[in-house]
Amino acid sequence: MIAILKYNAGNSTSVKNALERLGFPCLITNDHDALKNASKVIFPGVGAANSAMSYLKETGLDQVIVALQQPVLGICLGQQLLCTYSEEGDTDCLGIFNTQVKKFPPHKQVPHMGWNTITIQPSHPLFENVLALEDVYFVHSYYCELSKYTIASCEYITTFSAAMQKDNFYATQFHPEKSASVGEKILNNFLQL
Amino acid sequence: MLKKRIIPCLDIKDGRTVKGIKFLDIQDAGDPVVLAKRYVHEGADELVFLDITATQEKRKTWVALVVRIAQEINIPFTVGGGINSVEDAKRLIDAGADKISINSAAIKNPALISELAHELGSQCVVVAIDIKKENEEWFVFINGGQVATGIKAIDWAKQAAFLGAGELLITSMNNDGTKNGFALPILDAISKLVSIPIIASGGAGTQEHFKDLFTQTQVSAALAASVFHFSEISIPVLKNYLKTQHIPIR
Repeated sequence: MIAILKYNAGNSTSVKNALERLGFPCLITNDHDALKNASKVIFPGVGAANSAMSYLKETGLDQVIVALQQPVLGICLGQQLLCTYSEEGDTDCLGIFNTQVKKFPPHKQVPHMGWNTITIQPSHPLFENVLALEDVYFVHSYYCELSKYTIASCEYITTFSAAMQKDNFYATQFHPEKSASVGEKILNNFLQL
Repeated sequence: MLKKRIIPCLDIKDGRTVKGIKFLDIQDAGDPVVLAKRYVHEGADELVFLDITATQEKRKTWVALVVRIAQEINIPFTVGGGINSVEDAKRLIDAGADKISINSAAIKNPALISELAHELGSQCVVVAIDIKKENEEWFVFINGGQVATGIKAIDWAKQAAFLGAGELLITSMNNDGTKNGFALPILDAISKLVSIPIIASGGAGTQEHFKDLFTQTQVSAALAASVFHFSEISIPVLKNYLKTQHIPIR
């Protein structure tokens, strides 16, 4: 069973719908055992970093997430919460990715909203059958800096991490569940890991 | 590069598409989900569903429809119509909508914009503004364009953005239905005035109108209904044309 983390931020319904369209049964849950025993865990997110982190700490989910051994996919805020620190609300995050989350300077329209091109690491299993340059859907005001974990990048005001990976932790800043057929391929690749 | 968005708008009444009738190979163009899937397949970047159902009673059909849309389509979509409170908005977001759009309710109660932004995040909150030019000045109209507010378009656009709107959907009543092109000067003025994305609506009749919009203003997206519903403009053909005009298009 695939578990979608239920917490106080997130677009879990959209992720559940996307998984069901792909034919994968899934469960939206915050139950510690259900998360630990899931074959895969998806950590979605739309919301604010500080309130999300407070909630994860209060419920002990922070400890559960960092100890997960199966493939985990953080999406949007989920990616950012897997980093060490976010400028959003001056928040210490989960620290899987030893990198920081920064706020876009107000040079252009923020949030970065809409379809933008990602440049992928072609050999990466998350991007099997995905073209080198594809458009995916973003909505965010904070971004993860480029780092050794970056497996896809995107340009808006600056170049930032569109996707990252470290061990069993995968993450995307864009919303694969809202990125039409390209997003479905990426989700499907994750689910096949 | 961030792409300009093409957004078909579907008017829904009692759970069925209004006006969506001219796709020859669609069996049931009255079913919004069927038409929505067609647009997704053709490359629409987002969709807007506007509920024009008059009675609260029938709004239950609306939430059930939003659930179905969310299950079936894999791009972002906005729903609007009859949202007067945070509870109304939450019901639709919980049903699976990505964004909600408010219009008259925001004019009557501007604090609603802040409440929605606080509860749901600015990225969920689209403020729709119907504007009309009178004596060389653009004013805001509400209740489907029937009631003048006396508020200047640029003042309301600025205030809506300040209160936490994530996007503005600007419809020019002078241009709407004319197929003579978008209201370029006012759209450009508003898009330069606020730092949030602007969706332009009203007046699309030809491919060139979309090109003019994206080359002569800073708007982020173009919304249209009838030219897409009646297949006067095909989305794939339009997008290819805009690409040849060096406009960033998905």
